[in-house]
Amino acid sequence: MRNNSKGARVAIYTGLFLWLLINLFPVYWMFTFSLKNNEEIYVSNPVGLPQHWLWSNYAKALKLGSIGRYFLNSAFVATVTILITLAVALMATFALTRLIWKQRKALNKFFMLGLTIPIHVSIVPIYVVLSRLGLRNTYLALIIPYSAFSLAMAILVCTGFMNEIPRELDESACIDGCSVWGIFFRIIVPLMKPAVATVGIYTFLQCWNELMFANVFVDSGKFRTLPVGIQQLFGQYTTEWGPIGAALVMASFPTLIIYVFLSKKIQDSFIAGAVKG
Amino acid sequence: MKKEFSNKLYIAIFLLPALILFCGVLIAPIGASAYYSLFNWKGPGAEKVFIGLANYTELFTSDRLGFVKALVNSLLLAVLSVGLQLPLALALALALGKRIKGERLFLSVYFMPVLISTVVIGQLWTKIYDPSHGVLNMLLKSVGLEAWTRAWLGDVNTALGAVLVPTLWQYVGYHMLLLYAGVKSVPTELREAAMLDGASDGQVNRYIVLPYIKPIIRISVIFAVTGSLKSFDLIYVLTQGGPLNATEVPSTLMIRMLFIAKRYGIGSAIAVLLIALCFGFALLISAIFREEE
Repeated sequence: MRNNSKGARVAIYTGLFLWLLINLFPVYWMFTFSLKNNEEIYVSNPVGLPQHWLWSNYAKALKLGSIGRYFLNSAFVATVTILITLAVALMATFALTRLIWKQRKALNKFFMLGLTIPIHVSIVPIYVVLSRLGLRNTYLALIIPYSAFSLAMAILVCTGFMNEIPRELDESACIDGCSVWGIFFRIIVPLMKPAVATVGIYTFLQCWNELMFANVFVDSGKFRTLPVGIQQLFGQYTTEWGPIGAALVMASFPTLIIYVFLSKKIQDSFIAGAVKG
Repeated sequence: MKKEFSNKLYIAIFLLPALILFCGVLIAPIGASAYYSLFNWKGPGAEKVFIGLANYTELFTSDRLGFVKALVNSLLLAVLSVGLQLPLALALALALGKRIKGERLFLSVYFMPVLISTVVIGQLWTKIYDPSHGVLNMLLKSVGLEAWTRAWLGDVNTALGAVLVPTLWQYVGYHMLLLYAGVKSVPTELREAAMLDGASDGQVNRYIVLPYIKPIIRISVIFAVTGSLKSFDLIYVLTQGGPLNATEVPSTLMIRMLFIAKRYGIGSAIAVLLIALCFGFALLISAIFREEE
């Protein structure tokens, strides 16, 4: 900034502030209308802070929209997906970076195709298989596809981290009589914590926000995830905005609150996912 | 050690779960979709009738189906994303890369929309665009531009633009973050050497920073283009492809063909074309960037 003229500095800060406001305003507005009644939203106070904080909108969204149920479904699906993705990716990455065999480079490239393959192509075949096995409307109907589509990114991130673990560690462990299993579980896996965090965050957000699979593979309310639940709530409540706002806040604020505390780590996960590719 | 580490049994055990998952859910379905796309098929349980490439010819020749229009819409979104989203993201990244006061705060707020579910963003913008009670029309009325107010998402002329704005709102922060990481990775010595030689800020950006972050710009362009081709969530929530197909994209058409029209063959053909387009564009963009070097 030092060698910029004053005018240029003012212009830069103005631009940055403007974009900041554009980013914040919709979120602020969502929060405020989640606490208002229609009269305030439509007529007397569309953009100000609520005059009476109507927390009952939240109770309505929870009760009539079953938002609580969808919230837990989403959390469960995301957690299991993360665990499966991590276990499978760590094992595969170990084979791709540590074990010695000829086609490992080629196979790594093969897995990286997963970064470009759109989920669209799996919809019909998976729908057919799930219908045939009677697995539609189960948690597995989402967990398996989500894990598979998270795999390429997870292997990519794990490869980067695993390559940084010095090979001498394996060798000295080997001399001490550690087996391949021992090296994997006692040496490599404990050192992969940063990769685990990165993959976990990234996978969580993918699952938490996914709409297309969730919409098609599950149509029973029992297993419905949050994005689909909210979409349907919207269909039921077209006239009363408050409860919709409350549902939107409940679906997004947990992630945003975590983001406030882990912003650097979350940003790094996205950078690792893209730039190392 | 070497012997243990090249034991075929271990290699197989460690790889098998990933291979099964990856091939079962991503690779085999490509083949299956390509196969289904050759049939006239009403879905699981119904009989398949082989019709060769007729689904593909129908996609490209039938006006009623609107696939060409959907494809043009998604390409338009891709062009606008690259033309509007990336320059804005780049400008923000370059500004933030210069040790600005409040750098972390700006960065974190700009990236925030990426973390909000697209369904939430879609719903929120539906409210913003609401013809009678949305803030956009209220704002226009309050500044005396009553004539500009309209049903943004319901008007054939504005719907595609109205869909693009929330897309930009959501993803500028993502591209900004990637580019910012690139800008920050430019070695300080390089910058300082150029400044000592009397380069202005603009010149440093143009001759030092931009060439240095070119690989990241390439990734951003690929993401923006393939993302537009695949776009589904936001359009599904905002307009479902309407009004009168004004915002139809291949994904919304595909879902409609599959689950409303029950035409699984043609839906699969759209999926196959999408994957071909995504790979095609990714390779094309990489080639263009390589050509430039």
